[in-house]
Amino acid sequence: MVLFMAHRTALYDAHLAAGGKMVDFGGWDMPINYGSQIEEHHAVRQNAGVFDVSHMTVVDIAGAGAGARDYLRQLLANDVDRIDSGRALYTGMLNDNGGVIDDLIVYKQDNGYRLVVNCATRETDLDWMEKQAGGFAVDIHERPELAMLAIQGPKAREILAGLLSGARAEAVSSLKIFAFAQDGDWMIARTGYTGEDGVEIMLPNADAVTLWGQLLAAGVAPIGLGARDTLRLEAGLNLYGNDMDNTITPWEANMGWTVMLNDREFIGRQPLLNQQENGHAEQVGLILEGKGVLRAHQKVLMPNGEEGEITSGTFSPTLGKSIALARLPAGATGKVDVEIRNKRQVAQVVKPPFVRNGEVVYKEL
Amino acid sequence: MSEIPAELRYAASHEWAKVEDGVATVGISDHAQDAMGDLVYVELPEVGQVVAAGDETGVVESVKAASDIYSPVSGEIVEINEALEDEPELVNNVPYEGGWLFKVQLTDEGELDNLLTADQYQAQIDSE
Repeated sequence: MVLFMAHRTALYDAHLAAGGKMVDFGGWDMPINYGSQIEEHHAVRQNAGVFDVSHMTVVDIAGAGAGARDYLRQLLANDVDRIDSGRALYTGMLNDNGGVIDDLIVYKQDNGYRLVVNCATRETDLDWMEKQAGGFAVDIHERPELAMLAIQGPKAREILAGLLSGARAEAVSSLKIFAFAQDGDWMIARTGYTGEDGVEIMLPNADAVTLWGQLLAAGVAPIGLGARDTLRLEAGLNLYGNDMDNTITPWEANMGWTVMLNDREFIGRQPLLNQQENGHAEQVGLILEGKGVLRAHQKVLMPNGEEGEITSGTFSPTLGKSIALARLPAGATGKVDVEIRNKRQVAQVVKPPFVRNGEVVYKEL
Repeated sequence: MSEIPAELRYAASHEWAKVEDGVATVGISDHAQDAMGDLVYVELPEVGQVVAAGDETGVVESVKAASDIYSPVSGEIVEINEALEDEPELVNNVPYEGGWLFKVQLTDEGELDNLLTADQYQAQIDSE
């Protein structure tokens, strides 16, 4: 008999101590909230919150000479040559049909690259990366011993910098957006998944437990996966498996800006060129005009009879209304109907993000 | 630990009923609201609607999920909690008081015997 044991991050006991309600998330025991998901959401928009994102998969890519660079220029839809050392880039890793195997952030280090990919897609990603490595002088090395914390919110960097010293405090205070710094075993990046200012830190497990305690003592709120989802959705950021998967191309998932079409060959390039010529569905935002909650997989009906589908929907604590990301036929504007429990409700088509840096920023289409 | 008032009756689907003068007030249990998380929308039946025990009579939606509400008893809907339209969080904050959902004029008080007692409901939760 094999007993399934969920993975636990180094902060598991800290989550319980903070009142975390634990749920299974991609094989990990993670906190869905620590009481009120809506209060956690507001804490990040208005002050500062800390997320344990140690379940994310960290992979280092090293290679002699130009091995790692050449490999990643073929593997990823964005071009790592666009960034210098100390900078990060968001991109999709595509299959031969141009479908998104995963979305990830790649960090260019002095002697190689680091990738942070999703936990639910870990095995698929690693298999694909190994398979594509043939012919390149690269070493693909997972870093499961690292924890990862995201500290996000308008006060996040100020509070965090006050808890650190030396190069780490300096990095938190002065890093530019999508830049990162390394100091010993720590890597501090000014990135996030909330639409607020903040940083993400990869660090040894023991350090993560200490820092978590210091942050909570300094008034930073612990934030669960529930608020992580409403925050990212308000920010118009995709969730892999909901808003895109291996049957959806970057063009169809509002990720066109992450595709670098230049003279290099990369996996999925030709299907993307074909689709660009033949047309494709588009991802837009929706705001429900009445009461109720938009949810993934609800059908969207356009005035001309065409149909689309909601890919992620929720109640937006900042707007006080329901919002969604939806995949609709190209050129959707104005009002559409959404089928909620067999009733049609009116929604406005908008251009995400809905909220950035605490401000409501969507534009009606 | 969630609160389970001894004087109420419970459906296996987590609604509670409190009967006074042949009218059952219906809500969802503390355990149910806690499992749902922050409620943001409640859809209620219409006054005058006639329902049978087990009929779907509404929906509660939290940030993360929607959950159907079933009437634990048969009868006519005589009142709904209109305060929930603007304050669905009442169901989270006071599930057995201001967070009630609707009231049913009972056709058969004997049906209450089909519902769980507080002890039986506690046992069900413990076994989930």
